[in-house]
Amino acid sequence: MSNQSTNQLINFTLHLADNALILGHRNSEWCGHGPVLEQDIAITNISLDLIGQSRNFYQYAATLMNDQKVSPLGGDLEGAVSEDTLAYLRDNREFKNCLLVELPNGDWAKTILRQFLFSTYQFYLYQELQNSKDKQLAAIAEKSLKEVTYHLRWSSEWVIRLGDGTNESHERMLTAIDELWRYVGELFTAAGYELQAAKEGSGVNPTILQLKWEERVKEIFAEATLPYPEQVYQQTGGKEGKHTEHLGYILTELQFMQRAYPNSEW
Amino acid sequence: MIKYQIDKATIYSYLEEVKDPEVPALNVIDMGIVRDIILHEDDCLEIIITPTYSGCPAMDVISMNIRIMLSTLGFKKIKITQSLSPAWTTDWMSEEGKRKLRQYGIAPPNPKQQVCNDKLFADDEAVQCPHCDSWHTHRVSEFGSTPCKSLFVCDDCKEPFDYFKCH
Repeated sequence: MSNQSTNQLINFTLHLADNALILGHRNSEWCGHGPVLEQDIAITNISLDLIGQSRNFYQYAATLMNDQKVSPLGGDLEGAVSEDTLAYLRDNREFKNCLLVELPNGDWAKTILRQFLFSTYQFYLYQELQNSKDKQLAAIAEKSLKEVTYHLRWSSEWVIRLGDGTNESHERMLTAIDELWRYVGELFTAAGYELQAAKEGSGVNPTILQLKWEERVKEIFAEATLPYPEQVYQQTGGKEGKHTEHLGYILTELQFMQRAYPNSEW
Repeated sequence: MIKYQIDKATIYSYLEEVKDPEVPALNVIDMGIVRDIILHEDDCLEIIITPTYSGCPAMDVISMNIRIMLSTLGFKKIKITQSLSPAWTTDWMSEEGKRKLRQYGIAPPNPKQQVCNDKLFADDEAVQCPHCDSWHTHRVSEFGSTPCKSLFVCDDCKEPFDYFKCH
């Protein structure tokens, strides 16, 4: 593989890792604050699955970087990269997650809707990625898909329960749709590294997932008596490192210990 | 040169002493976490393990405990490799493991493996209460105390209990 294509594979792997880490972090903010105990346990267990998936992707990205002597920040590599370097020492602009996952949790309706929209996306993405010619990405996808299937089922049921629930829960779901809809288009807007990785047979071009995603979301929204929204202006940029102000606050909390006490362990 | 005159079966029996820290009634063989043992020609002993869930916090401890166990037995070169594919299923749990689980108060996976699908509001499968053997139970939560379990309650003896999630 040429250096250029390895770099794009690294970027693609980091993008998958960042999506999982940041959403995992957001969901973990519910710990101790869930509406009822069982759902507090549910959303934090989903966090754990997502953070586990991100570890697998970061470990793989670190291996690729160490093999190729590529630094996550460009330039020469100083010392070996690890999953921890990648999660704790990259800055805002190096993160490649979509904007959707970094948005504040809002209320339970918004958290549930985001989880459903994102799990649906991950469900179809990992189905495709299982066939990657990159054996490690395929293995991570195969493993993660089982977890995501469970998340998808859980979050779909909750969208229906809230949408077709009381007036209050229905109203809150409508507000959540309004607040999140301008961020879903980015999931299917391919970044350069996604196209390159797909071309090489290691990645997935996300545009091919859109129809299946829309079909599933329409089906669940219909069941939930929620309207499928009209097309609205879509925000993008996260995949290329241009984030909302919210990511900085997440990283402040997430990275504080390693920044203040480098290499600390517990 | 093979320094250790030892076979795989013996090593498997050693590993039966390594418990799963999250479910201490079971060892790593019962759980189906150990996928293979390779005795390399350079005397390196490689253990291939697989996580139950991607984020299972027990994996690092399990790797360390396997390493400690084998070092105490005199193995010098130990390599522990984590393999994700094929992905773990509850079907890999041993019959002995299932028996121990029941005894410990956790309902073991049903003999017919439940693979998670995306069918909504599916009826709960019948799960037998590990305390009073009643089949009159229902699920309280899809998630439980560890990533691999969900929470049930018995409608007869009223005791709550863990059950392995479909996987």
